[in-house]
Order: sequence, then structure tokens, then C-alpha cells
Amino acid sequence: MKESTIMKIHYGTALAAVGLVAVHILMRLTTGFADSLEYENVLANYRSVPYVVMLELILILLSVHGFNGLRVILLELKQGRVYEKAVSYGCVVAMIGLIGYGSRTIIMTNMGMV
Amino acid sequence: MAQVSSIADEQVSTPLSTSKSILLRISKFNPESDDSPKFMEFNVSYEKWTTVLEAILDVKKHFDHSVAVRYSCRQATCGSCGMLINGKPRLACFTKISELDSDVVTVEPMNNFPVIRDLTVRFEKLFNTHQKIKPYLIRDDTDLESDEREFLQSPQEVEQYIQFANCIKCGLCNSACPTMATDSSFVGPQALAQAYRYVADSRDKGRDTRLNIIDESHGIWRCHFAGSCSQVCPKGVDPAMGIQFLRGYLLGFRS
Repeated sequence: MKESTIMKIHYGTALAAVGLVAVHILMRLTTGFADSLEYENVLANYRSVPYVVMLELILILLSVHGFNGLRVILLELKQGRVYEKAVSYGCVVAMIGLIGYGSRTIIMTNMGMV
Repeated sequence: MAQVSSIADEQVSTPLSTSKSILLRISKFNPESDDSPKFMEFNVSYEKWTTVLEAILDVKKHFDHSVAVRYSCRQATCGSCGMLINGKPRLACFTKISELDSDVVTVEPMNNFPVIRDLTVRFEKLFNTHQKIKPYLIRDDTDLESDEREFLQSPQEVEQYIQFANCIKCGLCNSACPTMATDSSFVGPQALAQAYRYVADSRDKGRDTRLNIIDESHGIWRCHFAGSCSQVCPKGVDPAMGIQFLRGYLLGFRS
């Protein structure tokens, strides 16, 4: 993939994440902070499909943005063909792993498995 | 007559020489025999018009002829005498000692370049990256027919790129760039500014070729817009601005 395409995704995910995280914080403000973190309230949030879709989107956006940022930092830190390939593929694998693990939590809670 | 006399008096009363002196600290380092650089110190007298290069040449002439320094034109045109002067990348021939406002002047080789000896550095990488971005007009009709005229441009079209054509390849921008300090594969502000110089030229048809060259993992996107390249350029070129304009092309904001 061309670097400009990757960076367009990088900037796009940042902008979208800012918007969605703002909505997420505003929704949390509808209840008190302590109440918001109550076990039952958290489970209830996960069972609301629109809210869960938003959480999943935030997870994907932040993972893509964050791991690309990490890739860029690591590429600037050290150079070399093998190292750069390892960093790039490593970041993609880690990103997929994190999204998979987060999605598993969301799906399990949403389906009442927790 | 009285006015002429007063001007003559003023000229006589103006001191011809300031007779000040500074401590000139010159970094001495031979990578083939030394482990680390060491500084040699010399007391050098100067006038208000004396440049750092003249002070270094004074040291070479009277104290230590082994000081290695590259220079040529002495008028900020050839770009040979770039070095760190009191920690900032500058041209030695374009920096007056009196403007530094310091009793101690420290000269070191430029950052981000391999040192050959003392104040001289290797320019191979700068010239390679400069060549890589194809610093010439790309056209299909390069061979002019006898009945054709030169490629005419309006003043507005020239204005788009003319400041970038002032680059003298002195390397000060690359020396000041924080990304170049860590990313040895980064193409650098000098080459990127030159890429913009040709991309913005209305006579050039190689825009896509050049944008493809700089659109790679150690290309234009590794610039963090510190702006230090623009701050140190002795010719008033603004590489940071050129880089932002190039990003505009790649992001689709400019066409």
C-alpha cells in the first residue's frame, strides 16, 4: 500500500475517533462517573446494539491509528530491510489481535455470555 | 564647505579598527585515528566585518594549517562552508563574528553528515537524494525544433517556485532536521524542497513521477514539520512550506 494511502487512513481514523470518543464521553456524562462504571451499568451498555457498534468502531479506529503511529515511530528509530518488514507486519498482526480481543469481549457481553 | 569639513571630521573620528578578539574553538576530529572530537582554542582578533570563515582561515594561516575546512566562493553562493557555529547550522562565509554577540565562537562539523575530518563532511547522501527526485524539467518535447520558441511563463507561474530555485545545496537544512538525526533513510528537506521546485514549475510534466518517488515509507510523510530547515536556510528558501504544499498534492488538496 502506498504511504500516502496509509497516511490518509491515519488522519481519517484520528478525525473519526475524535468525533466518536466525544459522543462516547457525552453519553457517559448522562450518568454520574461512579455510576457509569458500575458492573451492571457497563453490562447494560454492552447490550445496547447502537452503543456497542460505536464502541466497536472506536476500537477499530484507535487500533488502526495507534498501531500505524507505532509503526512510524519504530521506522524512524531504526532502519533496515528485515527490521522494517518485521515492524510493519508485526504492527498489522498486533492491530488485528487487539481488535479481535476487544471484539470478543464486546460480542461475549452482548450475547450474555458474561 | 562647512558641511564637507564636518563630514571629513566625522570620517576621521570613526575608528577604522575595533581590535576586538574572540576565543575561536574549532572541533578537530579524524575518524580514522580519533575516538572522539576535541576542541582546539585560538584567540583571534576581528573587525566588525570579519566572517567566521575568515577567522578560521586566519587560524590556518598563522596557528594550525592542519584545520580541515571546505570553502570556495566566500559569498554564500557555492554552499561549501556549512558548519555548526555556536550550535546552529550556518554558512561560515555568511556569518559575521560581530553578529554572533559572543566572546566565544565554537565551530563544529554539520550534524547528520558523516565527518571526513574536522569541519568537512561528506555530501554524497545529499547529492544522491537530490538526484533521486529528478531535479530537471521532464517533458516529452525536450528536443526543441528550430522554429520553436522558449517555454514562456507568466510572473505568477514563476512566483510559484522561484524561491526554491535559490537552493545552493549547502546542506544546512538537512543538518538542522530532527528527523534526519534518527532516520538515516529519510529523503530530507533539501530534496523535498527541490521536488516541490519542479512539481510547481508550469513547464514540468514529471509531477506524478516525483510524487511517486517521495511517497514512500522514508519519504515526505516522515517530516514532522519542526520548521528548523526553513529557519537555517541562508538563501531564504522555505523547505517546510514546500513539503506542506507537496503533501497537499498527495492528499488531493492541490492539483
